[in-house]
Amino acid sequence: MVGKTEARVELQGVSIYYNKLQVIKNVSLTLPSKEITAIIGPSGSGKSTLLRAINRMNDHIQGMRIEGLVSMDGQNIYGEKVDVVALRRRIGMVFQRPNPFPKSIYDNVTYGPKLHGKISKTELDVLVEKSLRQAALWDEVKDRLNSSGLDLSGGQQQRLCIARSLAVEPQILLMDEPASALDPAATAKIEDLMLKLKQDLTVVIVTHNMQQAARVSDKTAFLLSGELVEFDVTKKLFTAPRDKRTDDYISGKMG
Amino acid sequence: MPTQQKLVIAAGYTVLILTVAIFVFLAHQSWPFFAEHADLSFVTGDRWLPVSFPPSFQIKGFLVSTLLITGVAVLLGCPLGVISAISLAELLPRQVGLVVRSLFEITAGIPSVVFGFLGLRIVAPYVARVFGLQTGLTGFSAGVVLSVMILPTLVSLAEEALRAVPREYAQASYALGATRWQTIWRVIVPSARGGIAAAILLAIGRAIGETMTVLMVAGGRLTTPGSIFDPMRTLTALIASEVKNAARNSAQYHALFAAGLVLFVITFAVNALAAAVIVGGKGRRSS
Repeated sequence: MVGKTEARVELQGVSIYYNKLQVIKNVSLTLPSKEITAIIGPSGSGKSTLLRAINRMNDHIQGMRIEGLVSMDGQNIYGEKVDVVALRRRIGMVFQRPNPFPKSIYDNVTYGPKLHGKISKTELDVLVEKSLRQAALWDEVKDRLNSSGLDLSGGQQQRLCIARSLAVEPQILLMDEPASALDPAATAKIEDLMLKLKQDLTVVIVTHNMQQAARVSDKTAFLLSGELVEFDVTKKLFTAPRDKRTDDYISGKMG
Repeated sequence: MPTQQKLVIAAGYTVLILTVAIFVFLAHQSWPFFAEHADLSFVTGDRWLPVSFPPSFQIKGFLVSTLLITGVAVLLGCPLGVISAISLAELLPRQVGLVVRSLFEITAGIPSVVFGFLGLRIVAPYVARVFGLQTGLTGFSAGVVLSVMILPTLVSLAEEALRAVPREYAQASYALGATRWQTIWRVIVPSARGGIAAAILLAIGRAIGETMTVLMVAGGRLTTPGSIFDPMRTLTALIASEVKNAARNSAQYHALFAAGLVLFVITFAVNALAAAVIVGGKGRRSS
């Protein structure tokens, strides 16, 4: 158990402000490596903001200020010498709405690897097949790699986005409500996929679907108004929550 | 159907009717000319001699001049315009962007005769000095002035196309570890290429139709120019300079209308192509 929960990402006393508004309040948690951590909470509780703090996507928002420490393998990712580009290669991200580029399926997957230096065509071919297989999309698209990513169904588009993230071989995958725009069948595929992915990488998923969190995650963090109310093993949090507010939320009395 | 609705629909058709009416009018007025000269020498010949006996009306020189000057305007203006649009949409701070954008809008409002004057007094002498020409009143000088005049159209339309690119694309690119520069050139600009192409085509249409500036700056030689550094006269300048002297219903009068019809067809084709690019691009995005 000790070996399995070796920490990769650690948040210590993290507070995030948008101008004067504090959206994350003194959150501390450790993301267990090669497990799925779910962040749940009602709309506006700061789930996405917390997720985006991990790959510094909040940096693009004017007036954003972060306090506390976010570290990866013991290194402060907001440190002065940190290369954000290199950081984001190690931490992939999948968004709420599938957002493949208006390019071919092949070019979508190779976009990331090509950014980071010259790669031979053969290597790219291998990488495309590997990433699409990992994202459980290969069999559906192997005969039309040159058609546009936008021609795929919503669920396929989202798996293409996952493949695109996997192609840069990240150690962590952040997923921001990855199934909220999808139908139940496509959602089930994404959930299966997450369970497979955690063999190789650490997954963090933001969701407001509690069943989803209960189904797929190993640990769950419950966030309310920017405050981390409870963070525990998923089974425990859903069956025997320690905090009254968690109980209210998961039993549907709130949010 | 309520009356208001009928009126609005009628207003929509007005543009269509006007366009057709202009075409019919031009065709009708130039008909006597084409009836007499039912061959291609009108556009392939080089002799425009309206007061000779017999007169000759051939417009190859003006056509070539129009193409050359438009070419210079587009080659100089498009890179500058597209890069300005990228800068406005993606790089400049908001406040600076507002200032730059309003400067472009002011530029769009400057009468073309003022541009002609600037071309005459500043650009032409400078071009003559730099290239060692006898006169700076050349197609090149006119193209230089036109390249500035097409910027407002080009920049505002291209910027609009760039801003219409969904932010999600940029987000995805950043999340994959792309820099801002890589995101602009590899995702945003390629995603907007349909709209940018349409902007360039509309700017070309604008350049082809410009009259006063080229009349003042391009010089006035009536034959086919041998080089871009020759004085020349465009189709628009030809019509503007001669129509007031042509006797109504004379051969010259009808020939000028025929030249106008050719000009109409060219600009119509360019604008239709731009519209097709815009419609095509939208259809693909929503699929």
